[in-house]
Amino acid sequence: MSDGTVDRLARATPTRVARKVKGLSDRAIAWLFVGPTIFLLLAINIFPLIWTINLSFTNFKANRPNRAVEYIGLRNYERILSDSDIWLSMQATAHFLFWTLFFQVLIGFALAWLINKKFRGNDMWTTIIVLPMMLSPAVVGNFWTFLYQPQIGLFNYIVAFFTGADPSSFDMLGSVDLAPWAIVIVDTWMWTPFVMLICLAGLRSIPDYIYEAAEVDRASKLRQFFTITIPMVLPFLMLAVLFRGIENFKMFDLVVQLTGGGPGSVTEMSSINLKREAFEKWRTGYSSAFAIILFVTVFGLASIYVKALNKVKER
Amino acid sequence: MMHFMKGIVTLKRGPWELIATLLIGLGVFMLMQPFVLWAYTYSFIVTLVGTVMFIIVSHFPEQE
Repeated sequence: MSDGTVDRLARATPTRVARKVKGLSDRAIAWLFVGPTIFLLLAINIFPLIWTINLSFTNFKANRPNRAVEYIGLRNYERILSDSDIWLSMQATAHFLFWTLFFQVLIGFALAWLINKKFRGNDMWTTIIVLPMMLSPAVVGNFWTFLYQPQIGLFNYIVAFFTGADPSSFDMLGSVDLAPWAIVIVDTWMWTPFVMLICLAGLRSIPDYIYEAAEVDRASKLRQFFTITIPMVLPFLMLAVLFRGIENFKMFDLVVQLTGGGPGSVTEMSSINLKREAFEKWRTGYSSAFAIILFVTVFGLASIYVKALNKVKER
Repeated sequence: MMHFMKGIVTLKRGPWELIATLLIGLGVFMLMQPFVLWAYTYSFIVTLVGTVMFIIVSHFPEQE
């Protein structure tokens, strides 16, 4: 900002405001600007967190606010960490997490590698591939329930076309064996473009001269791929895995829309279980402890994520 | 290995962060594994120790 602009701004400041601000140090003025944000952060993030930690040591029920609240120490944590139903929901989360990450990385990297080649219509294909990511999870969940319909669903007809099976002989969302895979397919369809974009950024950051030097050294394409492409894209890939991992750990909307946690509880993931404990069974203290366990896990993963991010920045 | 051990003894950031990261990873694995219930029971404490350790050791000086 030039001196002229500063002078003009100073002249434009109303006299009343100028008189109030006069005499304040730069640090005080900075605090005046930052103060409201810090207040909001404390009110919206920090206070509820501390309150949840406090509630996790009690038997509080939000639907009975007048009942006397008892402090029960670590009993909620003990119950959660020895509850086989919650353990099963963690396993459902792990199944979803592992397979979505596996397919998204594999397909995302392959797509990025193909899109990175120079060909006609490259930009158009990138836009088409990225489209599912732009949709709302509620919309995606809704139209995939139609696609998975045993009688009229397109998915069943495509599978039937390739396998020769009767389209109505299997129900992706109603079968105990198939439902966990149904949600993996939808999440992979929706979020592979995200992994592809990150991989594409990594691939485009590799300078051409490295490949040229490898060509001079007569390195084969396969060797170039494993000694140049993979190591240089790896930090980006790692970022994508961590980012998707943290997101999928908290997955709620898509699965609720698709299966609602069923059939039985095979797709009931930790977030859905938490919502049931908190707002259907109204075990607020218990669900607060559960939320803290999930929070610590996600916070730990986020710490690794930040560390990986810093490493990428250093490169 | 000597470099790593020296970093541990002299409280350097790199090796301690590695240990904290491994603890967090182990805790998350223990939380989600389908094999033994006792590992699930102790998963939270392992993750918590790893996370708190990560916060503390990220303020340690860098290794030269």
